[in-house]
Amino acid sequence: MNWSKATRRERKEWTFAFLLLTPALFMLVVFVFYPFLKGLWLSVIDKEIARPGVFIGLKNFIKLWNDEIFQRTAQNTILYTIAATILKLGIGMVVALLLNQIIKFKRIIRASMLLPWIVPTVLSTLAWKWMFDPTFSVINFFLFHLGMINKQVSWLGGPVIALTSVIIVNAWRGMPFFAITLLAGLQTINPALYEAAAIDGASGWQRFWNVTWPLLMPVTMVVVLFSVIMTFADFQLVYILTGGGPANSTHLFATYAYQIGIATGKISEGAAASLAMFPFLFLVVIFQLWYIRRGEEVKEKVKRK
Amino acid sequence: MGKQKRSEMNRRTFLKTAGVAAGATVLTGIPGILAAQKPPAYPKGTKLHMLQWINFIPDGDKVFVAQAAEFGKQMGVEVVVERIGMNDVRLKVTSSVEAKSGPDIALIPNNLAHLYTEALINVSDVAEAIGKQQGGYYEFAKANAFSGGRWIAVPQFVYSWAWNYREDWFKEEGIAKFPETWDEFRAVGKKLKAKGRPIGQCFGHSENDPNNYLYALIWCFGGMEVEKDGKTVIIDKKGTLEAIKFNTACWKEAFDEGGLTWDDASNNRAFLAGSLSITGNSPSIYIAARTKFPEIYKVMNHAPMPKGPAGRFYQLPSLNAGVFKYSKNQKLAKEFIRWYMDKKQYAEWFHVMDTFAIPPTKEWYNDPVWMKDPKCTVFRDNILDARVIGYAGPPGKKATEVLAKYIVVDMFVKAIQGATPEEALKWGATEMRKIYGA
Repeated sequence: MNWSKATRRERKEWTFAFLLLTPALFMLVVFVFYPFLKGLWLSVIDKEIARPGVFIGLKNFIKLWNDEIFQRTAQNTILYTIAATILKLGIGMVVALLLNQIIKFKRIIRASMLLPWIVPTVLSTLAWKWMFDPTFSVINFFLFHLGMINKQVSWLGGPVIALTSVIIVNAWRGMPFFAITLLAGLQTINPALYEAAAIDGASGWQRFWNVTWPLLMPVTMVVVLFSVIMTFADFQLVYILTGGGPANSTHLFATYAYQIGIATGKISEGAAASLAMFPFLFLVVIFQLWYIRRGEEVKEKVKRK
Repeated sequence: MGKQKRSEMNRRTFLKTAGVAAGATVLTGIPGILAAQKPPAYPKGTKLHMLQWINFIPDGDKVFVAQAAEFGKQMGVEVVVERIGMNDVRLKVTSSVEAKSGPDIALIPNNLAHLYTEALINVSDVAEAIGKQQGGYYEFAKANAFSGGRWIAVPQFVYSWAWNYREDWFKEEGIAKFPETWDEFRAVGKKLKAKGRPIGQCFGHSENDPNNYLYALIWCFGGMEVEKDGKTVIIDKKGTLEAIKFNTACWKEAFDEGGLTWDDASNNRAFLAGSLSITGNSPSIYIAARTKFPEIYKVMNHAPMPKGPAGRFYQLPSLNAGVFKYSKNQKLAKEFIRWYMDKKQYAEWFHVMDTFAIPPTKEWYNDPVWMKDPKCTVFRDNILDARVIGYAGPPGKKATEVLAKYIVVDMFVKAIQGATPEEALKWGATEMRKIYGA
C-alpha cells in the first residue's frame, strides 16, 4: 500500500476501510489489550484485595513455579488439552466424513449434530453434573440395569476418573466445532481425485490417508489451533463439575487462578497464574503457523515445477 | 446556698435527662429520634444498597426485606436489599471493593471480613451498642468481625450445626442414643453402612460442609493449625495424625463414597432421598423435611458433635455486616444495621429463622425458640464450643489462604485416596508452612 503513489480513489477506499475497522479495533483495545496489559501489570506487583501493591518483579511467578498445586494444575491442563483435542479431532473427523456422505435429512442431521456446541456451556455442564452425581446418576442407573455394574460409580470421585470425565464432557462439547469445520474443508476436495485413486485400486483407508488428510491439513491445523487455545483456557466446565477437585486433580490454569485471586484475595498471584498460560499457548501458535507456512511453501514449490 | 443547690440540681437533672435521652437513643435506635419528631436527616432520593445471600430459610428473607422497607419508610429513604446466591457473594464483594463502587453494606460470610479490612469502615460504635444492649458477644462471633483493635463488621448470626440422623434406623439396630465418642460413631456407622445406610459427608471443594466437619475433627483430636502467635505451624505436632487415621478408617467402613464429589447441597439431597443415616448439617434439612418430606421429618433427630480426646468443637459459618469505605451512605448504613440488630427487629427475624441462626450475643440463650422443639435445643450450645479457622492464631489472611486452598480438606482426601496418613499430613504441613512462612 503506497499512499503517495495511490490514486484519489484508492486513498478514499483505504480510508473507508480503516474507518470500518475502527469499531473492531476499539473492541480489541478495550476488551483485549487493556485487560491483558492490566493483568500483566498486576502479575508483577503484590496487590491483594483492598490494598494497592508495589512492584516485585517476577516473585509471583517464582512462587507459582514452586507451588505444588500449580505444578499439578499445569500437568492437568496439558493432559486435558492433549487428550480432549485428540478425541475431538478423531470423532469430529469421523462425523465430518459421515456427514459428507449423507444426502437425506442433511440439514436436520447437521443442525442437531451442532447442539452440544451451541447449548450454553453452563447449562450443558449442569446437566452433566447431574448425570455424574454419585447418588442420582442416570448413567449409573442404566449401567446398573444392564447388569454392568453393581455399585454406584463415582464419576467425579477420584483423580483419574474425574479428569477422564471432564475430558469426555469437553470432547462432547467441542466435537461439533471440529466436525462442521472439517466438513467444510471436505467439500472443497475435488471428487475427481477420489475417482482417480479408486481407479488406481486404493482402499477407503488409503484414499483417506493419501488424498483427504493431506488436502485437509490446512483446515485441520487451523481448527486444532483454535481448539487448543480454547481448551487450554477452559474455565466453566471444570468450575461447575468439580471446582478443581478432588484434591486439585482437575484444576486448570483458569480455575486455579480464580481460586487464588478471588477466594484468597491475592489478586496479583491470581493474575500471574492466569498469565502462565500465555507462554504455552504462544509456543503452540508459533508451531502451528510455522507448520502451515511450511505446507504452503511446499505447495508453491510443486506449483512452480 | 439554697440557690446554688437548686441550680446544681437543675444542672444535674438536666444532665441526667439528657443522658437518659442519649441512652434511650442508643438503646431504642433511630425510631426513638423520629418519635421525638425531628425532620428527616437524609435528602430525598437517598438509596441504601445492601448485598446479601439468598437465605436458606425463605421466611427469614421475607421478614428482613419487610423490615428494611419499614426502616426506609421511617427514614424517608429507599433501602434496596439485593440477594444473590451464597457462592457469588464473595465474587461480588471482591469486584465492588476493587472497583470502589457497589453496595453500601454487604453480609460477608465467615471470617472474610478480615480479608477486606482495609476496605471496611470502623463500626465499633454500632457493634458495641448492640453488645451492651444484648448481654455481650460470644468470643467466636467477635473473632470473625474484629481486627486491629476495631470492629470491622457487625455480626448478624452464626449458623447452627449438628449431626442429623435417622432415629428410626438407629432403633432398628438397637442403638439407644447418638454416639458420644468418635469410636462409637465409627462403630455405629459401620453397622449402618453394612445395611446400605452410610454416613454422608462432603469432602469436595465447597464452601462450608467439608470445613465444618474436618476442622472440627482435627480440634476434637487435639490438633490445631498454628500457635497463638499466629505464625508457627503446628498442624503436624499432635492430634491431626490421629484425626486423619480415624477418618480414613471411618471412610471405608462407614461413609458414602460419593462424598468426594459432593457440594454443600448434596448431603441435604441424599439425606432427604433416604440414602444416608447420618450427616452433619445446619437445620436446613430438618426445616425442608417439615414441609416437603414429612415421613423423614418424623423420624430424624439432631445430636451434638461426639467428644474427642481434646473435647468437642465446632467450625461454624457466620454472616457479618460490613460497611464499605467507598460508600456515600456510611452513617445511614450504620443506622440501618443498628436498627435491624435492635432487640425488637432482631427477635422477629431470629424467631422466623427457627434455630438455624444463633445470635452473636448472649442475651438470646434462654429464648423460648430453642425449647419449642426439643429436637432443636442442641443447636444453641454450638457457639459455646465454636472455634475460628486458623486456630490458635487469628482468622486472618493466612488462615483464609489455607482455607481457600482447601489444604485441610485435601489432607484428608489424599489419605482417603491412598496416601499414608503420614504422607498426607506432611503434605498439608508443608503447604501450610509455605503460606505462614514458618
